[in-house]
Amino acid sequence: MYGTGILKGMGVTIRHLVDSFVDDMRFLGQRYYSDSSMNIRQGTEGRGVFTVQYPDEKLPVPEQFRFIPFLLYENNEDGSTTDRCTSCGICAKVCPPQCIWIERSSDPDTGRPIPEPTNFYIDIDICMNCGYCAEYCPFDAIKMDHDYELASYDRTEAHIFDKARLDKPVEYYASIRPNDYLAEETARAEELAKKAAKKEAAAARKAAAAAKKAAAEDN
Amino acid sequence: MNNELSNPDIPVPSELQSAVTITSLDKIYNWGRRSSIWPMVFGLACCAIEMICTAASRFDIARFGMEVFRATPRQADLMIVSGTVTKKMVPQIVRLFNQMPEPKYVMAMGACASGGGPFKEGYNVVSGIDKFVPVDVYVPGCPPTPQALLHGLIKLQEKIDGQSLKSVRWYGQETSEAVPVPVLGPDLFDPRQHALLAQQAGQVQENTESVEK
Amino acid sequence: MSDKDSLDNMPVNEVASDSLVARFDGEVRSDTREGYEGYIVDANMLPEVASVLRDDLGYDYLSSVTGVDYIDDNHIEVVYHADQTTGGKGINLKVQLDRENPIVPTLVPIYPGADFQEREVFDMYGVKFDGHPNLRRILMWDGFHGYPLRKDWKEAYYEEDIKPFDSRWPGGGVKRSEADNPYGKNVNYPPGFDINNWTPETDDSLYESLEKTNSNGKSLHTDSIVVNIGPQHPSTHGVFRMVVALDGETITDLQPVMGYLHRNHEKIGERNTFLQNMPYTDRLDYLCSMSNNLGYALAVEQLMGADVPERAQYIRVLMAELTRISNHMWAIGFLLNDLGAFQTPALYAIRARELILDVFEATAGSRMMCNYMRFGGLARDFPDTLRGEDTVKFITDLVDNTLPKAIDELDHFLTANEIVRSRCIGVGVLPPDKAIAYSTGGPLLRASGVSYDLRTADPYSIYDRFDFNICTRSNGDVYDRYLVRVDEMRESTRICQQVMRDIPAEGEIFSGKPQYSVKVPAGESYGRVENPKGELGYYVVSTGKANPYRYHVRAPSFVNLTVLGELCKGHKVADAVVILGSIDIVLGEVDR
Repeated sequence: MYGTGILKGMGVTIRHLVDSFVDDMRFLGQRYYSDSSMNIRQGTEGRGVFTVQYPDEKLPVPEQFRFIPFLLYENNEDGSTTDRCTSCGICAKVCPPQCIWIERSSDPDTGRPIPEPTNFYIDIDICMNCGYCAEYCPFDAIKMDHDYELASYDRTEAHIFDKARLDKPVEYYASIRPNDYLAEETARAEELAKKAAKKEAAAARKAAAAAKKAAAEDN
Repeated sequence: MNNELSNPDIPVPSELQSAVTITSLDKIYNWGRRSSIWPMVFGLACCAIEMICTAASRFDIARFGMEVFRATPRQADLMIVSGTVTKKMVPQIVRLFNQMPEPKYVMAMGACASGGGPFKEGYNVVSGIDKFVPVDVYVPGCPPTPQALLHGLIKLQEKIDGQSLKSVRWYGQETSEAVPVPVLGPDLFDPRQHALLAQQAGQVQENTESVEK
Repeated sequence: MSDKDSLDNMPVNEVASDSLVARFDGEVRSDTREGYEGYIVDANMLPEVASVLRDDLGYDYLSSVTGVDYIDDNHIEVVYHADQTTGGKGINLKVQLDRENPIVPTLVPIYPGADFQEREVFDMYGVKFDGHPNLRRILMWDGFHGYPLRKDWKEAYYEEDIKPFDSRWPGGGVKRSEADNPYGKNVNYPPGFDINNWTPETDDSLYESLEKTNSNGKSLHTDSIVVNIGPQHPSTHGVFRMVVALDGETITDLQPVMGYLHRNHEKIGERNTFLQNMPYTDRLDYLCSMSNNLGYALAVEQLMGADVPERAQYIRVLMAELTRISNHMWAIGFLLNDLGAFQTPALYAIRARELILDVFEATAGSRMMCNYMRFGGLARDFPDTLRGEDTVKFITDLVDNTLPKAIDELDHFLTANEIVRSRCIGVGVLPPDKAIAYSTGGPLLRASGVSYDLRTADPYSIYDRFDFNICTRSNGDVYDRYLVRVDEMRESTRICQQVMRDIPAEGEIFSGKPQYSVKVPAGESYGRVENPKGELGYYVVSTGKANPYRYHVRAPSFVNLTVLGELCKGHKVADAVVILGSIDIVLGEVDR
């Protein structure tokens, strides 16, 4: 019979409308502007309207979300900062569209490279947000940011990020990617402990050998 | 009434505040315009998918009065250049831009439209639509998430808020010139660069001739 | 397909090889180069060999045609990959041509599906296909200077042959490529180009090549007109152009024009290292980045001989099948858009897709550009939580309840809808023999009754462990393509359910140590997957260096378009829009 398809279609729309109100009752007061609102409305359980009222509330991005990279520095106790980046250049090499430029400098006296970049540029008009730089950085010095609100009126200046623009404290990283941060810190601590243990063992071995030698010489 | 409209310089007696708002012509003009920006149905590449997602129910561009996607440039206020601009496509984009009536705005969505993006080095890619048409807002990202695009649209609204009837170009004395449409030849050719091209090509020719000699 | 069947298929290939070499003694020889397989065929004998291959040996499906420029050996090789629609491994033929004057007989009369692919090889390498009915540029425009994929052709922003570029580190300083170009733009003109005495090419020859009928003898006089639909048109799913010759409102001929999104994927891909290509594959068919990743990973893993851990295999299949569902959701939603049901069905389809994107975003880090697979595994495992729930529970919930419900809902209000039925049934009918001859793939092929799906025909990853059906229909019209998509979504949810049931709870997701520079032995490989739109193949040639020597993408959307003109002939303009929607193309993949 003609017309049933159209009625059916409208029925689906009406059901979605009614579902919104049913869900409003089911999660009374939690569906909008509460801490759990996003999980309720956007999860697999949620039905009906699931619009994110963007500037007023934001759909939280997951921890793994990647946008533009940023550089990490550590705050020292005396107020100075240390870059994690050693300007080894792996990120610049692995970057698929080649949007990273690193200035490495050398010590004028010894001629050896200084393990901190003089400058670091990322052209965000080329960056493809692939996350390789963060993935392959051996020092956890470059990570993918969560900040996506970067629209600007001019790109000639604003869209080449230099080191000052890219630098962010480790604490910020720990706040946006707590699990990654924790895992990395544990791994680092383990590594350090292993190294220290190795060093100690080596020292002990050395001491033992020296003692043995001394004993042998004594004889 | 609407607080964002009222003009703080002109005090309204408190008993009338619920009924009367005094505003400037600029404000109400811009308020009307920025709340009803009609974008053009114009998708180029990956970013267009995110643009469609922005228009869909989860992010709902209708909350900004922008859900009226027009298929013809004659009815559109905003061109969202959503994706990689190729040399083969750019003549059409410029033509579409020329066909849009004033006031018109252009948004470069994503890295490709802003500056060529990851495909910049390619032989068929234009390194940024701003090489051909003026861009009002750039939204970085590859692709920008729907929320990033909405942020860009809010930035555009802010820009519109800052404009004044007195100084906008479409009420000015001069007629606005159309952007010359690029031509496809051995490579993309921008008519504005005619002189430069003639000079450079001549040089190349001289060089090759001198090599031959 | 059981193991026994695939074993049965093995001898067929050997029979093929023996009889080909035996029958064409001297004109066909085995490719004995290290890491290569297949046969090298004498250029003049190609049509005959292809006829034998198709008619006597059963290789009725020409999947891919591409070229490789071996500049050191001074020849261009045209590579053909053919398959049997009954299943089994494919076979490849190569023809070696002189770089200065490459001419090879066309295969269009034998395999009509070679049409666009041969044009692409002509466009990119300048290989002339003798006898081709419409040999003109396809991705670039007529009048473009040079053949871009030749190894000695350099673009305007050319920096170096291979990445990484030296200027990035340690010297430093940042610059935009525009600064080095005399025109400040990404353009380059041939020496001697005289701007003052030059007229641009027009589309006249294209318009004249269209088949027009005059309406003499009809009761109503109608004019023959040519209409351009696109490249900026809401119904073309992107920047795609159809040049349509009309008699009244009836289509007499239709020529697709593409290349408006040609982003030089392959040229850039040959400059990239193997790993750097992975995020670029995301941007091919940007609705299905996960399965694009999978195809490329398979192609390179074939060369490397890398193992993939068990858990990673399961996650790969899960992601590929979720991609299929999200793609078909999108395709159905926009097919309805094309039918005139503007927005509403698409909104419901996009809603279901958004939940899948949430899974991708939480695991891979991006909604669309996942960049998730690596050679030998995955980038990372599932996160612990997603929207406040355990991730595994979220995904299980999604594939057990939410998605099946969403599919049922679409099915409920679309399948029986009288407008959908009257607009779709009997429109754009593609008979099975034609579907095979034109090398169509995916739902387009299966709706015509050909049960050809790489997941069973040439199983990859761990698809042989799952219980699922290959969905086919028999009429081959728009409606059947829609139905096949609905069925496939259901089968995909079934596979996902099995994955969530069987996946090992713990385990490695990457074999070996992640490296930014992978070692790939010399040789060629053709890795392929059944993408939601059809067979996605990657032809990769390695010389043992850090970057691929040749990197070609056999894109299903591109090849499926070959048949578009045939399908539309005799229909009305409004139907052409629906037929295009039912083929389901994505321009990122068509133009690459």
